[in-house]
Order: sequence, then structure tokens, then C-alpha cells
Amino acid sequence: MSIIEVKNLTKKFGDFIAVKDVSFSVEKGQIFAFLGPNGAGKSTTIKMLTTLLTPTSGELSIDDHDVMKEARDVRHSFGIVFQDPSLDDELTAYENMEIHAVLYGVKKEVRRERIQQLLEFVELWDRKKSLVKEFSGGMKRRLEIARGLLHHPKVLFLDEPTLGLDPQTRNHMWEYLRKLNESEGITVFFTTHYMEEAERIADKIAVIDHGSIVASGGLEDLKKATSTSSLEEAFLKLTGRNIRDEDVSKTDAMRMRHQAWTKK
Amino acid sequence: MQIIYILWLRQLKRYLRSRSRLIGSLAQPLFFLVALGFGFGPVFSKAGEGNYIQFLVPGIMSMTIIFTSIFSGMEIIWDRQFGFLKETLVAPVPRLNIMVGRTLGGATIATMQGTLVLLLSLIAGFRPVSWGLVPIVILVMFLSSLLFTALGTAIASKLDDMQGFQMIMNFLVMPLFFLSGAIFPLDRTSVLGTIASFDPLSYTVDALRHILTNIHFFTLAWDISILVILMALFLAIGSYFFSKVQI
Ligand SMILES: Nc1ncnc2c1ncn2[C@@H]1O[C@H](COP(=O)(O)OP(=O)(O)OP(=O)(O)O)[C@@H](O)[C@H]1O
Ligand SMILES: [Mg+2]
Repeated sequence: MSIIEVKNLTKKFGDFIAVKDVSFSVEKGQIFAFLGPNGAGKSTTIKMLTTLLTPTSGELSIDDHDVMKEARDVRHSFGIVFQDPSLDDELTAYENMEIHAVLYGVKKEVRRERIQQLLEFVELWDRKKSLVKEFSGGMKRRLEIARGLLHHPKVLFLDEPTLGLDPQTRNHMWEYLRKLNESEGITVFFTTHYMEEAERIADKIAVIDHGSIVASGGLEDLKKATSTSSLEEAFLKLTGRNIRDEDVSKTDAMRMRHQAWTKK
Repeated sequence: MQIIYILWLRQLKRYLRSRSRLIGSLAQPLFFLVALGFGFGPVFSKAGEGNYIQFLVPGIMSMTIIFTSIFSGMEIIWDRQFGFLKETLVAPVPRLNIMVGRTLGGATIATMQGTLVLLLSLIAGFRPVSWGLVPIVILVMFLSSLLFTALGTAIASKLDDMQGFQMIMNFLVMPLFFLSGAIFPLDRTSVLGTIASFDPLSYTVDALRHILTNIHFFTLAWDISILVILMALFLAIGSYFFSKVQI
């Protein structure tokens, strides 16, 4: 049974087509890797699946709810770790978790216990009273993962969750997610640029390039179809060896301007 | 309700924890009060207008309110920049609740600031005509704070970078402040008087000045009616624009 259904999804920004007629599905309980070079359209697809962007056309459903028409139900059913940070730096780790719990209607009686459980799991419980701005990149990431799981989502979206993390933390994180996937049957949808991660953990892989899906299937299927012996080779064969013109996205441009602005 | 409360609390915590913001936002009005108050005071009384400090304090309170409120409303730009906005936008709650929580938070902060300025101005020699009316002063401040926080939210929902923030501060907030009669008396027959009647802040200034010092340009009922209507209007516009925000 599929929990995520994407049919003929298209997103245009003005004349530019970021996602072009994309269709795929993810089975319940699957670990699904969404791979593609920079600017391929991965984050844009995730934003549409998570109700943050309205598609130009196409159909989307999560757990049998139409993403556009039943946004509220859909929002209850997933947790997300964004590619960019999304914590409130001026609040403590605990306060960030607490706001999330209230936003998702986690009952007051279980709130504290649940927060403790998750913070302990990501080894941040003794730092619960520290302001997030004092955290390292890895600690912030762990906190975001804990937060994404707080309301028992059925699907967890992870947009490059391991970017900038050391190998220890990465291994630890995937181990945990795999455990969670086995014990609670949570579906995991993730993107990454580390091919060995996808190779090791994913049940199914889709490769997107220039907004279109160029291949999908299990690891063996991809290797067979491209007659290669590793995912990295298959990926390069499918998407070419050219470096993507790093067109600076709007948010990146904003970030850069902001830095220039605050440095004064 | 809980959602509105937790987002209100968040605004307050952020404000109380940022010492530089706290000091900065009090230093500016105090600076204006001292520089203008003692600088123009003699000229003002020579022109037969009475005690300038008495006249000026409600204006400086209004200045604090408009600056703090618009800043709070526009904090959405920061939240967008640093990502927290996404967290609230994917949550299964109506956008209206998010907007209301934030706006109440911003308005509470601005009202607190306005009250602090009033208290500090007592040191500079300000004396309200009656203390019994202080609750109405707070009400007017809160009303105005809601109005301008909602305006800040509406504007910030349409902007997507930091550049815009400076622009708004320089080309909207400053003129609204200077044209409101906050620092000089309005004259009904002059061009400035006419312009001031289109400036929402004029009604805040006038209402506060009326209650605190009995000097006024419009009537109190008129001031408050205008503020209520504008508040409702800006809240509606702010909620609408905020509901359309995409990341
Ligand atoms: N708001 C926007 N306005 C205009 N163009 C956009 C916007 N958001 C994304 N794009 C463009 O859409 C394309 C796909 O972007 P997206 O962020 O989905 O890529 P990605 O696959 O996540 O890449 P990366 O691996 O670098 O994160 C890019 O060319 C990007 O510049
Ligand atoms: Mg991306």
C-alpha cells in the first residue's frame, strides 16, 4: 500500500520549470531516497508535498489525504527536517520542542515525558535548557530530528539531514531512523548527496535531474539498468558528469545579503 | 487558544532575552525626549505654547509604540531568514492563530515599552493631569500597538529580504512619526494638519496627549473610533497577506 502518491507534479517559477511532470509513489514503511544533483528539484518537491508550496499542476496525496484539499490532516501525518535550519535560536532546546508539541496538539500530560524521551534519544537532554544559538551544527540537526518525531508522524521527510554532520553522528542518526522504521513502521523520505548513505539504507531510490525523474527502483535495479557496480557510478551515468551551474537560489542570495548587512 | 498563548509567550521571551534590543528601544525615545525636550523647551514656552515636556511625552510614547510594533510585526522577515517561519507554517494549525499569537505578542511588548517610557519621563519632570486615567492610556497604547504590529506583519508578508526592512523604517515609519504631531503642535488650517489626519499615528498621539495632559486636536471619541477601525482593517489585511505567504 502506498502512503505517498505523486502524479504528474509540475512546479514553475515564472518561466522556469523546477519540477516537470513528476510521478512516483512510496510504500508504507519504506525508506525512500530521493537523489539528484544541485538544483534538480528535490527540495521543491518536498516543499510541495509538505504544503509549503502550491504546485502549478498535478496530484499529491499523503496517507490517502489530498495534500492541497486536506492540508490539515496531511500536516498531522508528517514530520519534516528541512534542508535549512528551522529552529528558534533565541529559545532553548526544550522550548523549541514545547512549541512544536503545542502546535501539533500533543496532550499536556504526555508532553514532558515525550520531549524527554526524544531529547534523551538524540543525547540533548542535559542541554535542554541551553539556547539553541549555543549549539553546534550537529546538535541543531539532532534537535530538529527529535522535534520532527515528537508528534508520532507516519512519514518523516528529511531534506539532506546529514549535511555537515560528522560520520559518527551520521551513523548514529541512520541507525536510529532504521530502528524507528522497523519498530514503528514510520515511512522515511530523504534526500542526500552521500551516495553510500542511500546505498546502505534505502529500500527504494528515485533519481531526479532537471526536474524530471530519470530512474527509480531498488538499488539492484538501478545498477542493472545502468550496468554499473555502485550507486555513485549509476548516479553519474544517469545525471551526467557536468557540474550544475550553481545558480544562486533566492534564499541563498538573501542569506548572502543578510550577512553583508549584519557585518557592518 | 494554547497556540496563540505559546506564540505570544515566544515573542515575549525573545524580547526579554535580547538585552541589546531592550536597551536600544528605550535609549532612542529617551534620547529624543532629552534632546528635543530640553533643546526646544525654551522656544516652545516663549511662543506661548506652555511646557514642552508635557507636550512632548505623549508624542515620544507614540514613537516608541510605532517603532516597537512595526519592528515586531516585521520580525517575520527574520523568522523567514532563520527558518523558524517554516516550522509554524507546516504545523496543522490555522494561519490566523499564528498571526494572532504573534501580533498579540508584539503588541504586548510595545505597550510595555510605552509604559516604561511614561514612567521614565516622570524623572524628566512629566506630570499627567490625572492618574485615574492610566488604564485608558494603556488601552489606547495596546490598541495602537495592535494596529501597527498588524501593519508590520502585512508589509513583512510581502517582502522577502532585509533590504526592505530599512526602506520601511526610513520611508514609512519616520514620516508617520514626524507628520503625526508627536513633536510639534498641529494647526487645523495648515497643510500639515490635513496630512496628519491621514496618519494613523496622529490619533495615538492625540488620544494619549488628551488623556495625559488635556491638550488635544481631535476629540477622544473620534481618536479611539479611528484607531479601532484601522486596527480591525490592518488585522484583516495582515491576516490575509500572512495566509498567502509561501516559502
Ligand atoms: N522560490 C523560487 N523561485 C525561483 N526559483 C526557485 C525557487 N525555489 C527553487 N528555485 C529553483 O528551482 C530549482 C530547483 O531547486 P531545488 O531547491 O528544488 O533543488 P534541489 O534539488 O533541492 O537542490 P540542492 O541539492 O542544491 O538542494 C533550482 O534551479 C532553483 O534555483
Ligand atoms: Mg535542496
